[in-house]
Amino acid sequence: MDATLVALVTQLFTGLAVGSLYVLLAVGLALIFGVLGITNFAHGAFFALGAYVGLTVLGRTGNFWLALALAPLVVGLLGLAVERGLMQRIAARADVMSLLLTYGLAIMLVEIIKLVWGKTGYPPTVPAGLQLPVNLGFAYFPAYRLFVIGLALVVTVAVILLLERTDWGLIIRAATQDREMVSLLGVENGRFLGLTFALGVALAGLAGVAAGPIVGIFPDMGTDILIESFVVVVVGGLGSLRGAIAGGLLIGLVISFTTLVWPAVSQLSIFILMALVLLFRPQGLLGRAA
Amino acid sequence: MMRRTSRRQFLRYALAAAPLGLAACAQATPVGAPASKPGGQASAPSPASGAPAAKPSAGPPIKIGFISGFTGLYAAEVAAQFAGAQYAVEQVNSRGGVLGRQVVLVQRDDALRPDEATRRTQELVENEKVDFVVGSLSAATQLAINTVTSKAGVIFVSLSQSDKITAMPDFSKYTFHESLTPRQTSTVVARWALQNLGKRPYLLVADYAFGHEHLDGWRRQIQAAGGQEAGVDLHPLGAPDFSAFFPKILAARPDFLVLANFGKDTLKSAQQAVAFGLKQQMPIVISITSTETIQEGGPEVFGDCYMGGSWFWTLADRIPSAKQFVDGFRAKNGRPPSDYGGYAYSGVLELLEAVERAGTTDADRVIAQLEGHQYDHYKGPQYWRRCDHQSIQDVYVYRIKTRFEDQWNILDIIHQEGGEGIAATCAEQGHAA
Amino acid sequence: MRWLQRLARRPMLVLAVAFVLLPLVVPYYALASHMLVFGLFASAFDLLLGHTGLLSFGHAAFFGVGAYTAALAAKLFDLPLLVCLLLGTAAAGLWGLVVGALALRQRGVAFAMLTLAFGQMIFFVVLQARGLTGGDDGLRGIPIRGLGVPGFEWRLDNSLHVYVFVAAAVWLALWALQRVLASPFGHVLEAIRENEVRARACGYDTVRVQLVAFVFSALFSGFAGALYTFTLYFVALETLHWTLSGYVALMAILGGSGTVFGPLVGAGVFILLRDIVSTFRDDWQLFVGAAFVLCVLLFPRGICGTLQDVLARRRAPAAELPAPAVAPTLARQPREG
Repeated sequence: MDATLVALVTQLFTGLAVGSLYVLLAVGLALIFGVLGITNFAHGAFFALGAYVGLTVLGRTGNFWLALALAPLVVGLLGLAVERGLMQRIAARADVMSLLLTYGLAIMLVEIIKLVWGKTGYPPTVPAGLQLPVNLGFAYFPAYRLFVIGLALVVTVAVILLLERTDWGLIIRAATQDREMVSLLGVENGRFLGLTFALGVALAGLAGVAAGPIVGIFPDMGTDILIESFVVVVVGGLGSLRGAIAGGLLIGLVISFTTLVWPAVSQLSIFILMALVLLFRPQGLLGRAA
Repeated sequence: MMRRTSRRQFLRYALAAAPLGLAACAQATPVGAPASKPGGQASAPSPASGAPAAKPSAGPPIKIGFISGFTGLYAAEVAAQFAGAQYAVEQVNSRGGVLGRQVVLVQRDDALRPDEATRRTQELVENEKVDFVVGSLSAATQLAINTVTSKAGVIFVSLSQSDKITAMPDFSKYTFHESLTPRQTSTVVARWALQNLGKRPYLLVADYAFGHEHLDGWRRQIQAAGGQEAGVDLHPLGAPDFSAFFPKILAARPDFLVLANFGKDTLKSAQQAVAFGLKQQMPIVISITSTETIQEGGPEVFGDCYMGGSWFWTLADRIPSAKQFVDGFRAKNGRPPSDYGGYAYSGVLELLEAVERAGTTDADRVIAQLEGHQYDHYKGPQYWRRCDHQSIQDVYVYRIKTRFEDQWNILDIIHQEGGEGIAATCAEQGHAA
Repeated sequence: MRWLQRLARRPMLVLAVAFVLLPLVVPYYALASHMLVFGLFASAFDLLLGHTGLLSFGHAAFFGVGAYTAALAAKLFDLPLLVCLLLGTAAAGLWGLVVGALALRQRGVAFAMLTLAFGQMIFFVVLQARGLTGGDDGLRGIPIRGLGVPGFEWRLDNSLHVYVFVAAAVWLALWALQRVLASPFGHVLEAIRENEVRARACGYDTVRVQLVAFVFSALFSGFAGALYTFTLYFVALETLHWTLSGYVALMAILGGSGTVFGPLVGAGVFILLRDIVSTFRDDWQLFVGAAFVLCVLLFPRGICGTLQDVLARRRAPAAELPAPAVAPTLARQPREG
């Protein structure tokens, strides 16, 4: 293969790996927005928290896979407590106050992370067995990134199955369409709202653990990625999980390829893409028309 | 973390909050008084409290406003930086202060935001009536602080890196730059690398002032050495992912890769260079970054990389003033000082000694004592160049150890160069001479 | 309580008194100026959120365009203060017209994200044009200005002078903002916020009305930004960053979106709280975060909104309790029906 083609294909994989992290984050955000109507500004903080909890589990057990399993659980439980303890108090008016609430939560969480784990970050440590670049036949590519692509794939398929094959999923999908109607039908609102929020932030926590070996672990790691995840959700289509997946991968690829051509605009490119999508297809790529 | 503050100041702050909402809201119920939280801090011990009261104080304390990014991306670097300043003040106070007066540091957080830095400096100058301002850990915040201090006629010793602060039009006679400029650093690192690693570097540069200043320094040396750029890429500040650059860099087959970025950007780019197998194929030269970044990344990421810097504590083995500083600091803090801690220590000490020599805190007379003055507080001889108040000093090149013996012993010093030749000339800086 | 009601009928007078008292209770003048400038910014922002029902997430752009334009007018062309302020305001309004015309094709989150996208574009342009704007180093070298009125050369070279000027300017701007809201135009805005479809059915060109509101909001934001330039004599690139767009929304919501002086109070409390706690503690953000969460629980309609509700309840018997205004909803989409 000639050099340009190799570069392009490598870039494709790179974009997919970055996009996979966005997918994990965006699916959680989309879920929470769709069901609770809340724009969760604390999503990035839960992402960071997941990474840190994973770090602690890894430190205690030396087992990355255990960290990958436990951290989302811990973050999800905290999310459940937050939803039950705080969010439901303003659930009746899931309006702009939720911005203030989740923002306040976000900066508290980040500060607590600093108190518990310190201000300095921790280096990206790739789990044993995934450390070396893999020879794809035409180029080398980090094994861990291939793993992240696979992880995102498995998790999103699992979430989609959960939503489409279970009763709980049915309720969630119904609530995305019309929350009031669901509660009128006698479904106990509180529990499934709490669990949905927990699932959403657990996915953020999982993304945090997965991101650690790529970007390193530091208290503010969730700040910029949060806004990019919003972009992903909007580009994909609000409340649409498949949209979040498509949006995440697309954004990953756009960043990756603009970096190749004109690196300085790589961060702006996603906003230009978003503006174009919103102007010409306001419901997002896979969203339902209003 | 606790702060030194007077009880009166605290009361004033506490009083401020409650009636405000009342006044503007035109409502009877007072708004929740938020200032009640930090009440316990009012009695926090001042940094000077450990000092024996050697002489009766000959006047009110000399106040140095210390403003830097205590929160934000470089909180760890700033904590180490501030520890250096505290140690200098403690040393001076234990000797009986300056002009018989004690010295206090008034600490302010600019959160790495220049507008915050501007306002906080206004407060330090106008309300706290500080005699001097020291600090900053970002090019933008130091330039912001400088706009206030130069207008107010207050001496500012900057501890952060920038080419512009000592050049016209930002320079004022009240501006002193203890830190290295990117020009000084990149000149030494580039000269060394072009001599030892090859003539065709590829440069990965953070797209902001700091990165561009380093790029400029590298380009001068590449030209001077008859070398050639294998390629230059600008990456956005705080980029989450660098992997997209690596296929390009590998294809260009450079002699070595230069990272002209700082902190997290250095960490991420180096780590991903390792993951993509880049490091196995070419040496990596980091123009400069904080030692905290190297600690964070560890030998897996940075081992065998080259890096420029202003100072490392193992210089204690060969420089007497460094040994004095490191031993004393270590006894107090249980860790060796950082490079930014060194800047702060040296900057504060040099300022206070100039006050002692001048016999006054009057800015003009202190400036007269500083200009051209030779000093050696922690890294061997350095001096304030008259034209631009830049501290002319040595730059070091390190090789990062492949095994960290402990958390602190992480660099081998392999090269040293200094003098005026590595800095921009007075004329380049826009000064008369 | 009657004196309160009487006072409430003269809000601008109350405000004037508050502005005179403010520097006496706030730790330093520069902080007081900062509070007022952002109070105006938050009020301008709330013209959209609270009174038109549109959440913008790119308002930093208008503030920043105002700040940079005013600064460049002073630095490059040495124009007098009032002209600089005027130019900054106008530039922000012009940019508001462009952004508004495009973004108002959408509502709800799509609208918010479009304003964000345009805000990011301005940020990028200003960062890249470093020769002109100083890029991330910030814009420096802005000459000191005075009022330029012969016989009354009020130079803005110390914080007290700056505060007096800022207080007067912000008071005037808020007065103008009140006039806009109290005008028939303002009533149309409220009608659209309550039910856009119905307002359209009444014959209003709702998009055009909202566009006018958007431009007004941008104008006032730009004026606040231009004032900010002359309080600091430094324009930071951060004034264009999306975090500032987020902060201004938080300030308005904290103080009570849709109330007369809520955004002003919110900005004041927000800035004062940050400043005071960060003077004493490095982990000040923990307290600020906790304060936000507490505020949401204690003041579900923002500080002023909730206080007004409480007072109204005390004043009026339960039977004639006015229905609380519908808080603006982020997810608001035009509903048929």
